[in-house]
Amino acid sequence: MKSFGQRFLGNPRVMIGLVWLAVVLIVAIFANVLSPRDPFAIVATPFIRPSGAYLLGTDSLGRDVLAGLMHGARTTLLIAVLATLVAVAFGTLVGAVAGYYGGLIDDVLMRLTEFFQTVPSFLFAIVLIAVLSPSALNLVIAISVVSWPPITRVVRAEVLSVKSREFVQAAVVAGQRDSAILLTQVLPNTLSPLIVTGSLLVATAILVESALSFLGLGAPNQMSWGFMIGAGRSFLRDAWWLVTVPGVAILLTVLSINLVGEGLNDALNPRLADL
Amino acid sequence: MSDSVLSIEGLTVALPAWSDRKCAVSNVSLNIGQKEIVCVVGESGSGKSIMGKAILGLLPRPHVRSTGGRILFEGRDLLALPDDEMRKLRGKRIAMIFQEPMTALNPLMKVGRQIGEVLEVHTELTQAARKARVLDLINDVRLPEPERIIDSYPHQLSGGQRQRIVIAMALALEPALIIADEPTTALDVTTQAQILHLLKELQRAHGTSVLFITHDFGVVAEIADRVAVMRHGEIVEAGTADQVLRNPQADYTKALVAAVPGLKPRLKGAEAAQPLLVVRELEKTYVSTGGFGGPVRRVKAVNKVGLELGRQSSLALVGESGSGKSTLARCIIGLERPDGGEILLDGERISGMTRNQLRPYRRHMQMIFQDPFASLNPRQRVGDIIAIGPMIQGVSRQQAQAEARALLSLVGLKPEAADRYPHEFSGGQRQRIGIARALAVKPKLIVADEPVSALDVSVQKQVLELLNDLRRKFGLSMLFITHDLRVAATVCEDIAIMQRGEIVEYGPTAKIFANPEHPYTRSLLEAVPGKEWISSLG
Repeated sequence: MKSFGQRFLGNPRVMIGLVWLAVVLIVAIFANVLSPRDPFAIVATPFIRPSGAYLLGTDSLGRDVLAGLMHGARTTLLIAVLATLVAVAFGTLVGAVAGYYGGLIDDVLMRLTEFFQTVPSFLFAIVLIAVLSPSALNLVIAISVVSWPPITRVVRAEVLSVKSREFVQAAVVAGQRDSAILLTQVLPNTLSPLIVTGSLLVATAILVESALSFLGLGAPNQMSWGFMIGAGRSFLRDAWWLVTVPGVAILLTVLSINLVGEGLNDALNPRLADL
Repeated sequence: MSDSVLSIEGLTVALPAWSDRKCAVSNVSLNIGQKEIVCVVGESGSGKSIMGKAILGLLPRPHVRSTGGRILFEGRDLLALPDDEMRKLRGKRIAMIFQEPMTALNPLMKVGRQIGEVLEVHTELTQAARKARVLDLINDVRLPEPERIIDSYPHQLSGGQRQRIVIAMALALEPALIIADEPTTALDVTTQAQILHLLKELQRAHGTSVLFITHDFGVVAEIADRVAVMRHGEIVEAGTADQVLRNPQADYTKALVAAVPGLKPRLKGAEAAQPLLVVRELEKTYVSTGGFGGPVRRVKAVNKVGLELGRQSSLALVGESGSGKSTLARCIIGLERPDGGEILLDGERISGMTRNQLRPYRRHMQMIFQDPFASLNPRQRVGDIIAIGPMIQGVSRQQAQAEARALLSLVGLKPEAADRYPHEFSGGQRQRIGIARALAVKPKLIVADEPVSALDVSVQKQVLELLNDLRRKFGLSMLFITHDLRVAATVCEDIAIMQRGEIVEYGPTAKIFANPEHPYTRSLLEAVPGKEWISSLG
């Protein structure tokens, strides 16, 4: 049997995904170095086609599209990753408590989860932003509020199956407290599906963030991919690159995350991949 | 041999490259004569089931495939037969009986139709003729009220009844050969005895040959005409049942035969003054609400049970599945809360305590679990698993880890095992780790719930010997839950026989074995597989 690393990295689809994600990550981290100017600054005449001086051209106000793309990567990734972390943390807490204690606590928490799940998530996010006012922090809040329920369901299902295993009973017999049993015995055994769901959630979060920015509900004064598409959409027939470039960036990034997520799933559950 | 039904010649089955050995079955030859029951005995991983599957062409291809040899059946090589020819043979000329009758039957189809389907596929019988044949078959396998049985779904029947249905399906077309893969392993002892008896009787009546795959020498002694012993994919010894069982030649067979627990009752030592554990009038009822306002079901799992366990002595709770023996153990150890009665440990009442109140008492009683694979947390190091108990009782981490290492060598593992994860160990080794964990807090009482039933016989023997040693060293008392009277007899001085939540007979092992009073105890003793052979071994 190959090790986890061999199974994960030996998968060509994972490598393609990882390479693109690495590029996006490096660009996002070093956006200030690679393109020190404000991405909102007007640098040339509007609607220059992609060419030597401006590799990806300029937009309707004469802003550099490449600079926008690099700074946009930072905003988009940061918001998506933070929102996912918050959603995973909250979803895990709710799911673990519901699954472990069962009974009335489970009923109450799961009805609450279902309430959040039945509201159409994108509309809910729009409402939240409209109420809270658009800002980077509120974007994180809105995206995590609409994306924690699936995490809760995954964790609860795993906890339900793990808690009936004999080693959990052994911990009870040893006298471990509930909180310690949850943290040291149960949760470590729910990690693999959690990691997979979490990584796929980042992709969804990018899409939600882009869609909100497209509608003008994104973080103000911060360049993001969705905002670029929104700003360029009225010139689609005259300046195709304004929409296409950030659109392709979103497509590739979401696709890469999905590839890596599925690779993680296959590597963590080798039996499924083999058969 | 001209009268052989099936002859396997030099069969080799290759395993995929990532497995720990190259061949599941290597160069095995075996003949099955007409009207003969041949038992293939082996421990887990010996390749016995793979061989059975190879005959029927049921190997999980492409990863596992036969690479050499021939399987001759009625003059044809089964390995070379195309799929559709093989399909005609299966069921019609060669039938299979599986281990778990619940999964072998379609849960959504009435059992009468399932038997009828076999006839429908392979014969031209009219519907009326099929029904008559199905009723005949159900009569053959001694099921009561055939008319009612054919209209039942599998879940409405008991395990033994389901296995009878599977046998009826296997017999439907009067096959020349039946392959039975551990057909009685999932059943209770008394049911097992009935099914073995039935199989033998039907085999005689129909003149069928049977290839019987099992791990249990007791079963072999009951049923076999000839025996082949398998190990690591090879046959180490073959011969008539008498030869192999009474006068084994190969060292491996000798070791296996010696590992079969005997029926010699363990004798009682001196009576201790004050008992360590007293259980009085204990009751536990499970209430399940029928969904959608259905009727509420109450099951009395434990019904007014009383018992006493002296210091440094051991008591076996013996019963079949559903007898309440595990529930009783779980009440005592505090995993379940009893509904009534009391439990006294060392004179102190521990029933009715909350988990927090119970914590100080955990150092006096610990548990050994049944499944060595499920009872160790796969994400914790062995050292941490063992050290948990003492650390909760206030021992420092360092000292607990040092003690864990000492315990590991005491149970026959290397101290370095503490740094490794459970998946690196075999079933027997894991059970030793489980024992070390139970001993870590130096308890007075150990509750062992079927601690050896998931292990191979030879490993089972080693673990039982280890438990015996440790009992003496630590002065332990042990409550030993088992379904196997043979194991109970070797381990415990006292036995309590449980049936439907009640203790029906309770006393010294020797006395119960010599003079069983309750009819249920008698039927349990009768049902021990291969008991005549075992007692003849002395």
